[in-house]
Amino acid sequence: MANTHNMQDLHHQAAVASKVYVQRDYNSGTICRFQTKFPSELESRVDRQQFEETMQTLNNLYAEAEKIGGKSYLEGCLACMTAYTIFLCMETHYEKVLKKIARFIKEQNEKIYAPLGLLLTDPIERGLRVVEITIFEDRSIGSGR
Amino acid sequence: IITRTHRRKWQIFPGRNRFYCNGRVMMARQTGVFYLTLVLIMVTSGLFFAFDCPFLASNLTPAIPVIGGVLFVFVLGMLFRASFSDPGVLPRATPDEAADLERQIDGANGPSGPGYRPPPRIREVVINGQTVKLKYCFTCKIFRPPRASHCSLCDNCVERFDHHCPWVGNCVGKRNYRFFYLFVLSLSFLTVFIFAFVITHVILRSNRTGFLSALKDSPVVVCFFSVWSIMGLSGFHTYLISSNQTTNEDIKGSWSTKRAKDNYNPYSYGNILTNCCAALCGILDNLFISSSSLPFLLFSSFSSISLLPPPSLSFLLHLSPSSSLPSISLPFLLFSPSSSLPCLLSSSSSLPPGAAGSLVVRICRSATEQGS
Repeated sequence: MANTHNMQDLHHQAAVASKVYVQRDYNSGTICRFQTKFPSELESRVDRQQFEETMQTLNNLYAEAEKIGGKSYLEGCLACMTAYTIFLCMETHYEKVLKKIARFIKEQNEKIYAPLGLLLTDPIERGLRVVEITIFEDRSIGSGR
Repeated sequence: IITRTHRRKWQIFPGRNRFYCNGRVMMARQTGVFYLTLVLIMVTSGLFFAFDCPFLASNLTPAIPVIGGVLFVFVLGMLFRASFSDPGVLPRATPDEAADLERQIDGANGPSGPGYRPPPRIREVVINGQTVKLKYCFTCKIFRPPRASHCSLCDNCVERFDHHCPWVGNCVGKRNYRFFYLFVLSLSFLTVFIFAFVITHVILRSNRTGFLSALKDSPVVVCFFSVWSIMGLSGFHTYLISSNQTTNEDIKGSWSTKRAKDNYNPYSYGNILTNCCAALCGILDNLFISSSSLPFLLFSSFSSISLLPPPSLSFLLHLSPSSSLPSISLPFLLFSPSSSLPCLLSSSSSLPPGAAGSLVVRICRSATEQGS
């Protein structure tokens, strides 16, 4: 039964109990990195290891997006030479990874968090400031899994 | 009560920006000076192409108008890109997020007794060995990321805030800094190009007809000071890029050794090439505009946060450069035929370091510690 639940169903059936916000970790500078510390409100809901793994993968994806190397330099030079018109035809590397992150979050929600009554919001919707985790009341989700 | 309505993000944008072309173009409220910039560039270039180029093309080489044309198109392209794109505006906190932050701050602060004014909120974080203070923005209800600043003209927090440029009609921040820089750089090439060839034209003509009549035939007299001020600005920004600083940080002397002996810039990569690469070839994304087609949840009941201090206090906390910068960011571009305005670029104004003054109570919070 948990497999047939999707995000819409959760919204309609369950009420929002609370929201947890995982803030940015600025200790490494301005690169996009979220704190991997496990929030205490999720203790009863999700496995600590699982959550930390999700956050670590997310951080790695953002690091990949923002990596400055030969490839980004080439992309920048090419863009400058074409007066940035090249981006009418192709996506920037950053945008490609952002899409990858969106897919990752959707997949994590569907496979892991929705059955537990949680919902991860893509940080891009919050301006890359926080990872918002919505905790739904454990009403309609069956106890048997 | 949550009503789901498919309004675009830019339609309910709380800042003071203006949107055109269905949210694709984002500019500041005051755009008059931007049109002036456009007119100045087009008029001067137009006069150059109309009056000097025929002579130069026939007497020297037709490559001159071609190169001029390419430069002109590039300058306009960069100007439009710098003016119309999102500088890196940080979306304001949702009501739930703001409430959560308030709870965390109160938890760290402790209960307030009678007559105790709630202090401005500050978090400290250590980046690359340097302590950086993150200030709480009362308008946007967020702790500003490092290098972000609130622009009082646009009423937004902008990431990697450089300055608000009225000539470009927009803030210059993380997402449009490279366009601004390329605009200024290419404009300095264009002005030098026009200036040089106008002089050449006058000289060549004066060989035949005499100096004064040559001047009469060439109506474009590009102001000498304007060329220098634009070149000065591009030199200044080249210095900023190579040291990975923003105009904001440079003006406030954030990383200057005058503040503290062991002060250094924690964001610099150490070498000039990497700094340039990071500033010019780093991430490029139109966060706000590209996601404008996503549906947005409108909350019809906002949770009231009664602990906020009055707006006058929030004004103190906004980094003061943003309101005084128009006079600083205005140097260049005046190459109208008869003007002789001097360069206004002043990069060494001393601004008071944290305007919050005696009300500051530091909330030191390392990333790993959490009040329980």
